[in-house]
Amino acid sequence: MYEILKIRRLAPNVREYAVYAPEVAKHAKAGQFIILRVDENGERVPFTICDYDKNAGTVTVLVQEVGYTTMLMGRLNEGDCLKDFVGPLGKPTDLSGYKNIVLIGGGIGTAVIYPQAKQLKREGKAADVIVGARNKELIMYEAEFKAAARELYLTTDDGSYVRKGFVTDVLKELLDKKHYDCVFAVGPMPMMKAVCNVTKEAGVHTVVSMNSIMVDGTGMCGGCRVSVGGQRKYACVDGPEFDGHLIDWDEAISRLGTYKEHEAECRLRAGKGE
Amino acid sequence: MAVEKKPRNQMPCRDPKERAGDFKEVSLGYDLQTAKAEAMRCLQCKNPLCRSGCPVSVRIPEFLHAVANGEIEKAGEIINTTNSLPAVCGRVCPQEEQCEKMCIRGKMDAPVAIGNVERFVGDYMLKNAAPKKTDKKQSDKRVAVVGSGPSSLTCAASLAAKGAKVTVFEAFHKAGGVLVYGIPEFRLPKSLVESEINKLAAAGVEIVTNTVIGKTLTMEELIADFDAVFIGNGAGLPVFLGIEGEGLNGVVSANEYLTRVNLMKAYEKDSITPVYRGKNVCVIGAGNVAMDAARTALRLNAESVTVVYRRGREEMPARKEEIHHAEEEGVRFELLTAPLKLVGSESRRVTSLVCERMTLGEPDASGRRRPVKVSGSEFEIKTDLVIVALGTSPNPLIKDSFKQLKTTERGAIVVDENMQTSVEKVYAGGDAVTGAATVILAMGAGRKAAAAIAEKLGL
Ligand SMILES: Cc1cc2nc3c(=O)[nH]c(=O)nc-3n(C[C@H](O)[C@H](O)[C@H](O)COP(=O)(O)OP(=O)(O)OC[C@H]3O[C@@H](n4cnc5c(N)ncnc54)[C@H](O)[C@@H]3O)c2cc1C
Ligand SMILES: Cc1cc2nc3c(=O)[nH]c(=O)nc-3n(C[C@H](O)[C@H](O)[C@H](O)COP(=O)(O)OP(=O)(O)OC[C@H]3O[C@@H](n4cnc5c(N)ncnc54)[C@H](O)[C@@H]3O)c2cc1C
Ligand code: FES
Repeated sequence: MYEILKIRRLAPNVREYAVYAPEVAKHAKAGQFIILRVDENGERVPFTICDYDKNAGTVTVLVQEVGYTTMLMGRLNEGDCLKDFVGPLGKPTDLSGYKNIVLIGGGIGTAVIYPQAKQLKREGKAADVIVGARNKELIMYEAEFKAAARELYLTTDDGSYVRKGFVTDVLKELLDKKHYDCVFAVGPMPMMKAVCNVTKEAGVHTVVSMNSIMVDGTGMCGGCRVSVGGQRKYACVDGPEFDGHLIDWDEAISRLGTYKEHEAECRLRAGKGE
Repeated sequence: MAVEKKPRNQMPCRDPKERAGDFKEVSLGYDLQTAKAEAMRCLQCKNPLCRSGCPVSVRIPEFLHAVANGEIEKAGEIINTTNSLPAVCGRVCPQEEQCEKMCIRGKMDAPVAIGNVERFVGDYMLKNAAPKKTDKKQSDKRVAVVGSGPSSLTCAASLAAKGAKVTVFEAFHKAGGVLVYGIPEFRLPKSLVESEINKLAAAGVEIVTNTVIGKTLTMEELIADFDAVFIGNGAGLPVFLGIEGEGLNGVVSANEYLTRVNLMKAYEKDSITPVYRGKNVCVIGAGNVAMDAARTALRLNAESVTVVYRRGREEMPARKEEIHHAEEEGVRFELLTAPLKLVGSESRRVTSLVCERMTLGEPDASGRRRPVKVSGSEFEIKTDLVIVALGTSPNPLIKDSFKQLKTTERGAIVVDENMQTSVEKVYAGGDAVTGAATVILAMGAGRKAAAAIAEKLGL
C-alpha cells in the first residue's frame, strides 16, 4: 500500500498528490511515469512523475479528473492508500543536446514540462515556457514556472487570463523572433499535433510525450504502440517521448479512443459514486 | 508379453455449449477411482521411456504405482522430488509431445493419461497435504528472484527448502507470471496458482510486487544486496504482423487481450478495465496462446471466431487437447492461410482481414514444411477484432539497463550449463533464456539454477 501524504487542489478538476513510494522516488528522473491502481478492482492507469523527493521518499503526480479512475481518486483524502504504485517507467527526458529550448504545456501536460523547466534552470539553460489552458482556473504552477522559466507565456482559449488564443499562436510569434533548437511539447494529442505542424514548417526539432493507452507499462502487451517514422514503438519502454515530426498522429489520436464507449459508461458510474 | 486392452480413461469435461458461455474450468478432473484405474494401466516398464520424454524426468511409473495403490500423498511426494507444480503441469504440459508420446502402451491401445493422473495428484496435494516443514536451518544467504512465473516460483521454492532467504520481485501487482496473466481461468483456475504462491509465502519466501527490476531497483543494487540473483523475467515482447493496417483500432496482441481479461478481470460485468468484445473475431497464429485467445473471445460473446494459420493442421503448435476443445466450442480454422493486410473504416476501426491461401513446400530450418503462396487466391474475412498471437521475444527491459549481461542476437539471456549468466552471481532461466517455450521447461530451468546457486552458496 502506498500512502497519500499530501493533496493540493490546483484547478477545479486537477489535484496534486504526494505519494509515499521511496524506491520509486529514489530512482525517478524527469520525464518518467508511474502506473497506479486505486484499489483491488482498479484499472492500471499511468501518470507522469511531476516531482520527487528522495529524502522524504515521495513522488508527486498531477491528476486531472476525466473518467472513472481519476474521479475515484478525486474522492481520496490525505492518509488514504493506493493499492498499487509502480515505477519509474519509461525513459527519462533527454534534452542534453539542445541549448535554446521552448517548453509547451497544454492542460495536464503542464505536469510533464514542470520537472523539465526546473532541470533546465538547474543546468543553467533555463527555457522559455508556454502554458495554455481552456480558462484562467485551469492554469497551474504559475508561480513555480515564473521561478524556473527564462520567460513565461500564458494563454487561455477563452481569454479569461493574460491573452486569448492557443499555445501555437504564441509559438509562431516566438519562432519569428528568436532562435530555438528544440521544442518540447506536452498536452492533449491534437495540441501536440498542431505544435508539430508549426515547428515542422519552421524546421525546429520537436519532442512530444505520448499518453497512449497502457496496461503493463513494461513492453509486454503492445497496447501502447505508436508509429514513429513508420516503425512500431512502445510508448511505455521506448518513450514516452518521441520525435514529434515522425509520429503518425491520426493513428495515435484514434487509438486513444479505442475504449470510449466503455469509458463513458464507467464515468457515469463514477458520477453516481459507485 | 500379452497385455489386456484397456481403453484410456477419458477426462470428464463440461458440455461445449455450456462451457463456452462462462470462464469456469472446462476439464473436471478424475475422481479417485478413475485416477487409480488409469494409473493401473501403466505397464511399470523397467526402462521407462516416459521419464526420458519428460523435461524434468518426473518419476512417472513410481508415482503411478503409488496412485494405483491409493497412496496419493506418497505419489505427490514422488512427483515433488522433480516437479513442484503438478497441479499446473497436469493441466498445461504438452503431454502428447513428451511423456505420453514415449509411453509404450501407446503402441498397443493408447498411452497412459499421465497428465490427467498428475493433475489429480497435484489437486489432492493442494487440498489435503500439510505444508512440509523443511528440516534445513535458515541460513543467512539471501537470494533475489526476478519475476514470478514458473521458473522463478520453482527456483524460489527450491532455494527456500534449502534454507536460503528468498525475495521474489514481480513487476505486476500480482505474482504468477503467465500463469495469472496469460493462461485463462477456464484452463488453469487462478485460485490454484494463488495456492501455490501462498505455499511459497508460508515457506518464508518474501514476495514483493510492483517492482520492475531495471527501473524500480537496478540489477546493480540487487547484486550488491543479495548473495545471488535469478532472472526469470519471461518472454514478454509480442511479435506483430508487420502488415498494413496493424495500427487500426481493434488490432491487439494476444498478450494485451488476455492480460485485460485474465489479470484485470475484464470479463466480469462490472470491470473497470475495458476489453473490446468483438463480434467476428480473427485470431492469427495456432499455438496455445492463439487457442486461449480464440476461446476467450467465444466466452466474451463473439458470434464467430476464426483462427488463421499459414501452415496446416499437423503443424499447429498448440496442445492437441486445446485444439480439440476449441473446435468443440465452435472455433473455426482457416488453415494454410496467411494474412496480407488489414482494412479499416473511416473511423480507423478494423473491418476486414485480407488473406491469401498457402500450400506446403519443402521443410524449412524448423523441420516443418514451408508454406508457399498460391497466387491469385486472395480473399477477405469480415472482422471487428483481430488478435495477433504470433509469439513473443524476450523482454529487453533488464538487458537494456544492465549492459554487462550477455544476450543473443534475439535478446535471449546467455547462460552456461549451470544456468549462470555472463555476470558472476547472476543466474537465469525460463522463457528469458529459451524464448517462448513451456511451463515445464521454465520450471526445470528454475530448479537447475536453484541447485547451482545452492551449491555456490554452500546450502
Ligand atoms: C505516459 C502517460 C502519462 C500520463 N500522465 C498524466 C498525468 O500526469 N496527469 C493526468 O491527469 N493524466 C495523465 N495521463 C493520462 C491518464 O493516464 C488518463 O487520463 C487516465 O488513465 C484516465 O483514466 P480514467 O479512468 O479516469 O478515465 P477514462 O474514462 O478511462 O479515460 C479518459 C481518457 O484517458 C485516456 N486513458 C484511459 N485509460 C488509459 C490508460 N490506461 N492509459 C492511458 N490513457 C488512458 C483515454 O484517452 C480516455 O479517453 C498520462 C498517460 C500516459 C500514457
Ligand atoms: C496465453 C498463453 C498460454 C500458454 N499455454 C501454455 C501451455 O498450455 N502449456 C505450456 O507448457 N506453456 C504454455 N505457455 C507458455 C508458458 O506459460 C511459459 O513458457 C512460461 O510461463 C514461462 O515461464 P517463465 O518463468 O520463464 O516466465 P513468465 O511466466 O513469463 O513470467 C515472467 C514474470 O516476470 C515478470 N517480469 C518481467 N520483467 C520483469 C522485471 N524487469 N522485473 C520484475 N519482474 C519482471 C513478468 O511480469 C512475469 O510475471 C503459454 C503462454 C501464454 C502466454
Ligand atoms: S503498456 Fe503494454 S507494452 Fe506498453
